[in-house]
Amino acid sequence: MTRLPTGGLIDRSKAVRFRFNGRDYAGHPGDTLASALLANGVRLIGRSFKYHRPRGIMAAGAEEANALVQLGSGSSAEPNLKATQVPLRDGLEATSVNCWPGPRFDLRGINQLASPLLIAGFYYKTFMWPSWHLFEGPIRRAAGLGLAPEGPDPDRYVHAHARHDVIVVGGGPAGLAAAHDAALAGGSVLLVESDFELGGSALWRPEVEVAPAIAALRAMANVTILTRTEVFGYYDHNSLAAVETVMAGDGPRQRLWKLRAGKVIIATGAIERPLVFAGNDRPGVMLASAAQAYVQRYGVLPGHRIVIATNNDSTKEVASVLTAAGASVDVVDSRRGLSVTHAKGALGVKAARLSDGRTLPCDLLLMSGGWSPVVHLFSQSGGSLRYDDTIAAFVPAVARQPVECVGGAAGDLGDLNIEPEWETPGSGKKFVDFANDVTARDIAIAASENYRSVEHLKRYTTLGMGSDQGKTSNVNGLALMGELTGRAPGNVGTTKFRPPYNPVTFGALAGPLVGTLHTPIKCLPAHAWHAEQGAVFEEHGRWIRPTAYPRSGESWEAAAQREALEARTSAVLFDGSPLGKIEVCGPDAAVFLDRIYVGTASTLKPGRSRYGLMLSEHGVIVDDGIFVRLAEDRFLVHTTSGGADRIALAMEEWLQCEWTDLRVAILPATSQWAVMTVSGPGARQMIADVGTDIDLADFPHMAFREGTVAGFAARVLRASFTGEASYEISVAARHATALAQRFGRAGAVPIGVEALNILRTEKGYLHIGVDTDGTTLPDDVGMAGPIAKKASDFVGRRSLLRDDAAREDRLQLVGLLSDGPMLTVGSQVLAPGGTVPGPSDGHVTSAVFSPTLGRPIAMGLVRRGRSRKGEVVELYDMGTRLKATIVDPVFVDKAGEKLNG
Amino acid sequence: MLLIHCPHCGPRDEGEFTCGGESHIQRPALSASAEDWAEYLFLRHNPAGVTYERWRHTFGCERWFNVARCTVSHRIEAVYAMTEAKPDIA
Ligand SMILES: [Zn+2]
Repeated sequence: MTRLPTGGLIDRSKAVRFRFNGRDYAGHPGDTLASALLANGVRLIGRSFKYHRPRGIMAAGAEEANALVQLGSGSSAEPNLKATQVPLRDGLEATSVNCWPGPRFDLRGINQLASPLLIAGFYYKTFMWPSWHLFEGPIRRAAGLGLAPEGPDPDRYVHAHARHDVIVVGGGPAGLAAAHDAALAGGSVLLVESDFELGGSALWRPEVEVAPAIAALRAMANVTILTRTEVFGYYDHNSLAAVETVMAGDGPRQRLWKLRAGKVIIATGAIERPLVFAGNDRPGVMLASAAQAYVQRYGVLPGHRIVIATNNDSTKEVASVLTAAGASVDVVDSRRGLSVTHAKGALGVKAARLSDGRTLPCDLLLMSGGWSPVVHLFSQSGGSLRYDDTIAAFVPAVARQPVECVGGAAGDLGDLNIEPEWETPGSGKKFVDFANDVTARDIAIAASENYRSVEHLKRYTTLGMGSDQGKTSNVNGLALMGELTGRAPGNVGTTKFRPPYNPVTFGALAGPLVGTLHTPIKCLPAHAWHAEQGAVFEEHGRWIRPTAYPRSGESWEAAAQREALEARTSAVLFDGSPLGKIEVCGPDAAVFLDRIYVGTASTLKPGRSRYGLMLSEHGVIVDDGIFVRLAEDRFLVHTTSGGADRIALAMEEWLQCEWTDLRVAILPATSQWAVMTVSGPGARQMIADVGTDIDLADFPHMAFREGTVAGFAARVLRASFTGEASYEISVAARHATALAQRFGRAGAVPIGVEALNILRTEKGYLHIGVDTDGTTLPDDVGMAGPIAKKASDFVGRRSLLRDDAAREDRLQLVGLLSDGPMLTVGSQVLAPGGTVPGPSDGHVTSAVFSPTLGRPIAMGLVRRGRSRKGEVVELYDMGTRLKATIVDPVFVDKAGEKLNG
Repeated sequence: MLLIHCPHCGPRDEGEFTCGGESHIQRPALSASAEDWAEYLFLRHNPAGVTYERWRHTFGCERWFNVARCTVSHRIEAVYAMTEAKPDIA
């Protein structure tokens, strides 16, 4: 045990039980996992990322790069947490990461023997041929970190927003003082601290008194204090992102704060830097200030025979604290010409070898290479940095947002009298970046291979790209590069600091927006009725819709065949409620639609409807539908189901941004109306059977009537996607189920989306986005007819006049009949000659088995297709070759007799 | 996260808005040359400085309006109606 008999901010009256790598230990409230492990004499925590070197605890805070642990298991597992940031709690279960079977005997330590292969740039050099992907799996297994959780996250996460006049990041002495000053000015102040205790460096420097300041702040009504909350990102317009770990029982696990401040005060302190000597990564080598923190805050003396290697005055205080705690302390100061060149001891440091040849036995080797102000957030805010020679560190220079740095973060570090020795002489592995196993030699290799800019250095060596984001390694790395290339550190510069400052869970970022809260699923108003009819449901454009209604022992494919045949012979009921419905109203409604659609609206008479294509400004078909003229100044526009929201938004954009003089209002009405489509030779009789006041004898194709059907107020449109006489009956959504029941009792057979797809393919009706793609123009699908008759401009029209639109070798929509088997959607039509790989002459877009014809049919986009009817082409799909004849895409009722019947 | 002052709803987070790209682009007539039409479709300014964009307050009033925004400082220099002329920002 290395716990001191007295001292520290822990509650010695209570024991906290926890497990590490399967063994039981105890600590006290107020401990972190790291301090409790040290108190129990545990020095070896895990293995390093690349070389699987034994590693211990090097720090006492967020800068820890070695002591990564995995908490929990299964679905609530949390990988790669810094042991120094995990508050100890009863029942905590932690394991080492990146070692198997355990940290003491790790089989993957063999990587160390292969280490000459794993130097800077080795991925680029070694795994070029034939493909990186061949090597990726084994390398990732060997050089991974913790394990991802299995299964859905059982915890809850929430998001919160707040705005304050002043937000102070960091609850140390400087942050407390700044918060107090700001609060006295009267505005709202938020103080955010990542630790579970306020106090910052005062927690391990008890002579700095912060209790009165904390008490004063807690008493002020305009001050809010958040602890266990890490500000990890600083964005535009003074917005910050922070994640709060919520400790309350059944509440959310974490809360993501989206904050905005009138002014931000950064009081994040400074981080001590390691020295770069051989073996500086061994367990028992630690930052000097960390040892002070373990003694003063946690009452743990992490070593008894201690060597302190330093290049500055900050270690004087450390030495006196450790001596007072009973340790024997030797100081090796490079400013006096003496350095530690090697840490000896495999699984834990046993001695320090000095530059004068002496060896000092020790069980703790402390190092201080100076201090780096935590300027991460300031840099993220857009602020520039400058190198300050007096403290040998980067400090804030010019702010770009209303932000101020105070205390250590501003470079206020007292009199360090630092004389940096960036790399200690001697041979061996000298680590710069502990998290990513980047050594001084790697930086020399990068320099010799001309990866000299700080951005190249980072990418070539992975310096600073580990889970600690280079908190302890950035300055050492770029200073070494500077020495190698004859530049001062300030001229090498830093890479841009990017969020997050510390890793953030996906759960916190997603918050409550997971599952159906992320992607809401829409159900048909008559969903329950469809379920009663035995529907098999599938998601189509966020709507859950019946695919088919299989009967006992029937597959859904067979059901769709049966349903399609019923539509050709009797009367069927299709729920078309997701059909997009937009009312376009106002004196200029007709002018507006003339500009939006390829078809003409202004010549349409009330009570009639017309098919329209909608194009993008590039001339590409983006939607189709039927618009109905309800009155002179009122249209009902039907869009595709998938286009309902998108088309209404596009219409609004044209109205609000381009044609601001048009007097038109857009009323999206999709979900207000349920649409029950009755289709088939028996449709008209069936509607008569359920009762209507509409004169069905005087109701031609493409006409529109309002009246009652089965007693419900209804809008009825004769339009067809089946090729049969069809009545699209719209009633208020709340009547959907009752209307469906009436038709069901009258004998209508319900049909699903799959049968409709068969029926429309038999008729050669195209499905936008299936039979068309991002290059398809109206003429490519044989729909240029209305354009010639129309004088005025419409969206996309000018693009149809481009040379490319008039090309003769465009892909055109045609029918394809195979010599027997089904064609596959996506099959390529081979160019003459049939070479594979070779040029494509198009592809199959829709393919079904036609129950009406008793054979497979297909549609496709084929080069010059319309002029090649009768030609036999070769198709290729996943190694299979088939032959098909190019035909007209209308396979059934070419004359449209059934449609008008 | 920008703070955008919707002319109808007041200051709101960027997340409530949708950027519709550069504003003040004149839509050419049907008789436009191929070059003019191509410029309308594809060519946009990309200044290091003030850019003029249209934004929609999607999760709010759903209205479009213009925003003059500096791409260097991220400062929003002006918010103005779709029908207003491009402001002169030095
Ligand atoms: Zn608004």
